[in-house]
Amino acid sequence: MSEADGLVRLRQPIGVTYNWSAGPNATSHLAGLMNGQFVGKRCPSCALVYFPPRNGVCPKCAKILAGDVEVGPKGTITTFCIVNVPFLGQKIKLPYVAAQILLDGADISMQHLIQECEAEDVRIGMRVEPVWKDKSEWGATLENVQHFRPTGEPDRVMGAESGAS
Amino acid sequence: MALRDIAIVGTAQRPSEVNSTFTSVEILLPVIQQLLDKVKIERSDIGFWCHGSCDYMSGQPFSFVSAVDAIGAWPPIIESHVEADGAFALYEAWVKIQTGEVDVALVFSNGKTTSGPIDQILSLQTDPYMVAPLKPGFDALAALQARACLEAGVVTERQMAEVAARSRRDARNNAVAYTKGNESADDLLAMPYTLNPLRAHDCATPVDGCNAIVLAAGDVARRLAERPAWIRGIDHRIDTQRLGARSMIESSSAAIAAQKAGVARDRIDVAELHAPYTHQELLLRNAMGLSESTHINPSGGALVANPAMAAGLARFAEAAESIFAGSADRVLAHCTSGPMLQQNLVCVMEGE
Amino acid sequence: MVGDVFVAPLVVAYPYKRTVGTLLSRFFTSLSECRLEGTRGSDGRVFFPPAEFDPVTGAPLTEWVSLSDTGTVSTWAWQETPVEGQPLGHPFAWALITIDGTDVPMLHAVDAGSPDNIAIGTKVKVRWAQDRPGGVTDIACFDVVGGAS
Ligand SMILES: [Zn+2]
Repeated sequence: MSEADGLVRLRQPIGVTYNWSAGPNATSHLAGLMNGQFVGKRCPSCALVYFPPRNGVCPKCAKILAGDVEVGPKGTITTFCIVNVPFLGQKIKLPYVAAQILLDGADISMQHLIQECEAEDVRIGMRVEPVWKDKSEWGATLENVQHFRPTGEPDRVMGAESGAS
Repeated sequence: MALRDIAIVGTAQRPSEVNSTFTSVEILLPVIQQLLDKVKIERSDIGFWCHGSCDYMSGQPFSFVSAVDAIGAWPPIIESHVEADGAFALYEAWVKIQTGEVDVALVFSNGKTTSGPIDQILSLQTDPYMVAPLKPGFDALAALQARACLEAGVVTERQMAEVAARSRRDARNNAVAYTKGNESADDLLAMPYTLNPLRAHDCATPVDGCNAIVLAAGDVARRLAERPAWIRGIDHRIDTQRLGARSMIESSSAAIAAQKAGVARDRIDVAELHAPYTHQELLLRNAMGLSESTHINPSGGALVANPAMAAGLARFAEAAESIFAGSADRVLAHCTSGPMLQQNLVCVMEGE
Repeated sequence: MVGDVFVAPLVVAYPYKRTVGTLLSRFFTSLSECRLEGTRGSDGRVFFPPAEFDPVTGAPLTEWVSLSDTGTVSTWAWQETPVEGQPLGHPFAWALITIDGTDVPMLHAVDAGSPDNIAIGTKVKVRWAQDRPGGVTDIACFDVVGGAS
């Protein structure tokens, strides 16, 4: 309704409910998460391993991904940022670290949280491992992993092989 | 500037399904591969890719970005997207080829129409102040138009039922079609109203589907197809968004688009009209001046398979295929968009 | 799960708030006060809901016209099974309604009770909503004049 400037604002919420399908090619990934496993997929053409397997296709080759590949659980930070900005719906205490993590055996990185260390200690090449939520809270989602934390292993030098991430 | 000769040289369509469990990318990818194989070209031969789809169909913001996975954007490609039916993507690709920058374009479109309430989703494109808050479905808006046509004597319920009966019969010969039947117009007239004055068969069947088309210029087209479907005229017109300010009993935008596309210059053997409601086919035939000798929608049309945002491009595919097969020499492909035939794109194609 | 594939309900919703500009602000304010106002175009036609710009010349329209709350049905369709969020929860008619004194019809719902009670030419009257925050739904629906339902 009318505000200070005399102009009307109409509230017009819109919402649609869909029946969303993950598709056959990403389903094994989600099923894996329900079992506490990181399941990616390999491109039959270029052999890159995708985790997550996105839409079930290799965007480079335009081929349906073929075999399931278990990756991780440990991985390496390829890049990160320190979040200090409060926003609506935030669930985590500031500041926190959002990082791209290349799971061992995967060729593209995925995003997750880094906790259990000071934000300023996080660095590219740092080795990390997942901390899973209590099993009773698991669903078909990467949120089963509460966060990743440093393993204490020596850093891995991210070379040319991380180029696909 | 002289226009370049541009033709459709190949098409591929996915058979319609409902409640598909495949993602949009998984639906598209095999169809695009099938088309490339058919035309015997590689992805690297495509100078321009153009995609038609709508995020509201897939329930995924910026879904067209991930759809690029279906065409393989490595090394980087020239790609564009229209938040509209693939027929409008074809129009953009035609313009792109006209600029002389590229000779070959691949146009594709997809619609996972059955994963959401399509009748309500389509209404989100109506006037956001005066119409959308009332939540009229698209079927209801079409029903208002149908009533006006019936009362004015522009169409009859029997003519509408005949359109449905013919479409369902013709669909039996089309692997892509979904709704098929052998009912007579009398059988259909005996059915109850669903949205009086419309019956279920007066409204298109929402399906999940996708399709793709290759366009090429001049000698490249002649090399890629035995009998290319040459685009001789193409035009797009839009009526006012204000529902009450439009004539309910004629389509002036379709009439102008048809005239500009040169429909009347010679006989039309086959017309593939994108008419999601039976009375709209009758309105379009009137607006474009199509005669009794024109075979309307031999594919069964959008009534029997309406993948939203792909059903218009499907009309181009079907019309071009009749040129390829030699069963027609001069064809018309049409796409509509918006409530009550708000927008109309008309294209005339010829074989050599 | 459908076959071997994960399928789940997904809700996509946005809480939009639209600024409607000066002309429509006046219009929606008048609706919330149970008044109908339209605008007059350069050719004399009166628009309800008001047109912001002249359909003929494109000039901003500034002449307001006060209107009565009655009109005439120019076409209609029967919604046998209403969808959540539509103006009425029981079967009703959609109609294009030309408000008396205007030249272009608008879309709204008519609580006609039965398709037998409505026709092209039927006279209808605004039924105001109890709650009127300013919007087209400040008009709850229209009633058939003479009380068919
Ligand atoms: Zn690959």
